[in-house]
Amino acid sequence: MKWARASVLSLGFLLLGLLVVPAMALLVAASPAELAQGVAHPLFGPSLWLSLRTTMLSLAIVVVCGTPLAWWLASAQGWPQRLADALVELPIVMPPAVVGIGLLETFGRSGLLGGPLELLGIQVAFATPAVILAQVTVSAPFYVQAAAAAFRRVDPDLLLVARTLGQSPVGAFARVAIPIAMPGLVSGGALAWARALGEFGATLLFAGSLPGTTQTMPLAIVLALESDVRAAIAISLVLAGAAVLLLLGLRLVAGLRPSDDATSRSKLS
Amino acid sequence: MTASAVWTAEIEATLGRLRLDVCLSGDLRPVALIGPNGAGKTTLLRILAGARSPLRGKIEIGDVTIFDSEDGTDLAPEHRRVGYVPQGFGLFPHLTALGNVAFGVAADRSSESQRQAAEMLRHVGAAELEARLPIRLSGGEKQRVALARALIADPAMLLLDEPLAAMDPIARRRLRAFLASHLAQVRRPTLVVTHDLRDVKALDAFVYVLEGGRISQSGSWDDVASKPTSDFVAEFFDVQDRELSPGCE
Repeated sequence: MKWARASVLSLGFLLLGLLVVPAMALLVAASPAELAQGVAHPLFGPSLWLSLRTTMLSLAIVVVCGTPLAWWLASAQGWPQRLADALVELPIVMPPAVVGIGLLETFGRSGLLGGPLELLGIQVAFATPAVILAQVTVSAPFYVQAAAAAFRRVDPDLLLVARTLGQSPVGAFARVAIPIAMPGLVSGGALAWARALGEFGATLLFAGSLPGTTQTMPLAIVLALESDVRAAIAISLVLAGAAVLLLLGLRLVAGLRPSDDATSRSKLS
Repeated sequence: MTASAVWTAEIEATLGRLRLDVCLSGDLRPVALIGPNGAGKTTLLRILAGARSPLRGKIEIGDVTIFDSEDGTDLAPEHRRVGYVPQGFGLFPHLTALGNVAFGVAADRSSESQRQAAEMLRHVGAAELEARLPIRLSGGEKQRVALARALIADPAMLLLDEPLAAMDPIARRRLRAFLASHLAQVRRPTLVVTHDLRDVKALDAFVYVLEGGRISQSGSWDDVASKPTSDFVAEFFDVQDRELSPGCE
């Protein structure tokens, strides 16, 4: 039986290898000198700066709009919440290219909202706002789901206690629910940011790949591969480094989970 | 309960399959609410605290009407002036004991609220716990901090949900005495949910028996014990060779 167990386990390790080896390969793909040349490539700086700007803005939008939505999803279990919960998951299961087409059909020139917006002098598609919208659409579900799960673990009795101690609903939410759910909110925010940073398909279709305007790092990698593979590797290493840092950060946050006191729901007598 | 009732609660409410239809009142003497699991005790406390509104009824504490379905009065929890201590004490896990107690102080300056909170912690014999997070407190220590937090906002009524549950017998004995002496000292209307006859006796509480959403019996503990109307009451008061009374109308 030992050999059977070993052969089954080896299948698992084969998969683990497949997950890890590409990241390792990046590290040895280029010498430090080649990397320096890659960083100096004209594609590197503008795409890095654009990615940082747009992902920070999209994360801010996701957090500001997603937190109240997550709270509403967590606060009750009626059919509107269940429906909204399923709708929030939609961008996760839809291929990014389909999301891009959907956004184009919404905000493009002949889209549902694109025409009226253009009359107001606002062009969304194939401009930086399109990058941000695409990032928001694909990354928001990760934050909203994590935040709703974190809020569901907040004992409703703690909020009632806060109310009896003089807090308004908003005060109880801000001073009790948010701090208790904070590890979950941070994890969700980190996952959403990572997803936004790596966003490719929807951005390409909805925003195009215009240097300095819509060409984020994932799009710049594709372009760089055609001209200078060193630049592609340098950009890839930056993205991989960000991913590793996020992973370490998430592990750290996992150690800050709230105590059982905060997460145990009171039983009805 | 008495002609000099300090608080009264007539409540009709539904929660899932439970239909609550009760009328309770009390004075400064603690009132114990006993009943089997699922009878609606915690629901009743949460309704009094303002977590949900009854379908019909009227709740008065002192001179203040906090709920009246007739004229639409329904004060928010923050305006009811009730001190609520839920099961497990409900301490905020991200705040120290001092932070928990200071949470209820409506002071302009944080230094003033901290001073008042420290004073209240000293009052309940928990001064040394100031800097500790709830996760580092024992059940008894949590109870003291929770009581201090409930008292510091000067509530018109205290609502305590099984304040001595989940404690070892020795701690329970000590804290029962502490609770009894403090409630006698603060002299304010208190409704305590309990599953233990010794709590009722120690607090010298007036008893309401809640069964299936209705008050099946009420009176002083020896009155109720002497005429049990249900198996639950007979079991609660450990009445031997019982013969059940027909019950009150």
